Amino acid sequence: MAEAHPFTIESFYKYVSEGKLMAAKCSRCGTLHLPPRSMCTECFSTDFEWVESGKIGKLLTYTVIHVSPVQFQSMVPYAVGILRLQDGLNLPGMIRGVKPEEIKVGMELKVDFDRTLPSQWPVWPRYFFRPP
Amino acid sequence: MRLGRPVTNSFSNIAMVGGVEKMTSRTTPEVTEFLAMASDFPFEQWHGITFPGLYALMATVHMHKYGTTEEQMAMVAVKNHHNGALNPKAHMQREVTLEKAMSSRVIAWPLKLYDCSLITDGASCIIMTKPELAKRFTDTPVHITGSGHASDAIGLYEREEFTTVSAAKLAGREAYKMAGIDHHKLDVAEVHDCFTIAEIIAYEDLGFCKPGEGGTLVENGLTTIEGKIPVNTSGGLKSKGHPVGATGTAQAYEIYLQLTEQAEKRQVDGAEIGLTHNVGGSGATATVHIYRRE
Repeated sequence: MAEAHPFTIESFYKYVSEGKLMAAKCSRCGTLHLPPRSMCTECFSTDFEWVESGKIGKLLTYTVIHVSPVQFQSMVPYAVGILRLQDGLNLPGMIRGVKPEEIKVGMELKVDFDRTLPSQWPVWPRYFFRPP
Repeated sequence: MRLGRPVTNSFSNIAMVGGVEKMTSRTTPEVTEFLAMASDFPFEQWHGITFPGLYALMATVHMHKYGTTEEQMAMVAVKNHHNGALNPKAHMQREVTLEKAMSSRVIAWPLKLYDCSLITDGASCIIMTKPELAKRFTDTPVHITGSGHASDAIGLYEREEFTTVSAAKLAGREAYKMAGIDHHKLDVAEVHDCFTIAEIIAYEDLGFCKPGEGGTLVENGLTTIEGKIPVNTSGGLKSKGHPVGATGTAQAYEIYLQLTEQAEKRQVDGAEIGLTHNVGGSGATATVHIYRRE
């Protein structure tokens, strides 16, 4: 398992392409890491295991982007936020399926996965947040 | 471009430290993209989070937690444009009204055009030397009496709190300690107002007010040139401009002018002790320096 999926951000996104939200759990002290790291920031252990994170979280903060980088221009305005997952991990991402004026700090959102990769750059497996 | 070697050791007697940035030859979306490269990759960049977006994420929590208002943020812009109008080297030497700032177009809600610093071309440098050599070059040297630096996670989402820049708080504490002063002794400060909310957070991180009271501090006029602690007399990144690589030493230059009574129309009467506060990324790194005239 560790050989097939080293504890890297690349592996995290490979899991995302399979519809899985995975975090690296330190085998020694149990600290969860997202993004995964090569060494535990709490106890410096290098032994990890992959654990699947819960997909429900509370919105800590958000913004609505009107002026974007070049590659996101076709999407403006779009909302992004930081979700606090139930296991205490924070995850940044886009918020879809809610009108910007209805987004509120503290609202419950669910991590979902976009299986349709865009035809133009940037092409990567995406997760996003939506109402549960 | 950054030049310089530490002059506190014996390696060098005199050093020029400076920076140059050319930004206006690119479109705003291109510059937005280039600047975003200083944020977390891929977690922030792959989800379309821009630099105005990162500071907007901080502003949203500040508003939610402390009741800071969009008007208070706009007041930072009004103050800094007022100062910039007095600075012949500022990029945008004109005043803005609160109404104009409040009605400008949204960049990353709640931040509007006038909450954002400028895309600017610029260059700046300072000459540093040892105290015993300084008198060979000037009758009015300014001494660096405190220096602090701290770093943090590059991704905003990885930090404990979004309403403070912890690295700046730590750097400030270190600089105050080295200089043997607290914030009450300061006569003038240049802080990293890349966005108006960043200046409000800087007030709080540097101890000018309690956490959550930064909005009230600017609303009550305590950070104007005539105020209790004048902040960004140069116009700041907001009005003087933010040619990124040149900003750090440009802040030191303004404090040099203030402490040597060369700041003309924006001179703070009798300024003896000054501070600069510079932030990298959305708070991944911060430096604070304290200066004193002879």
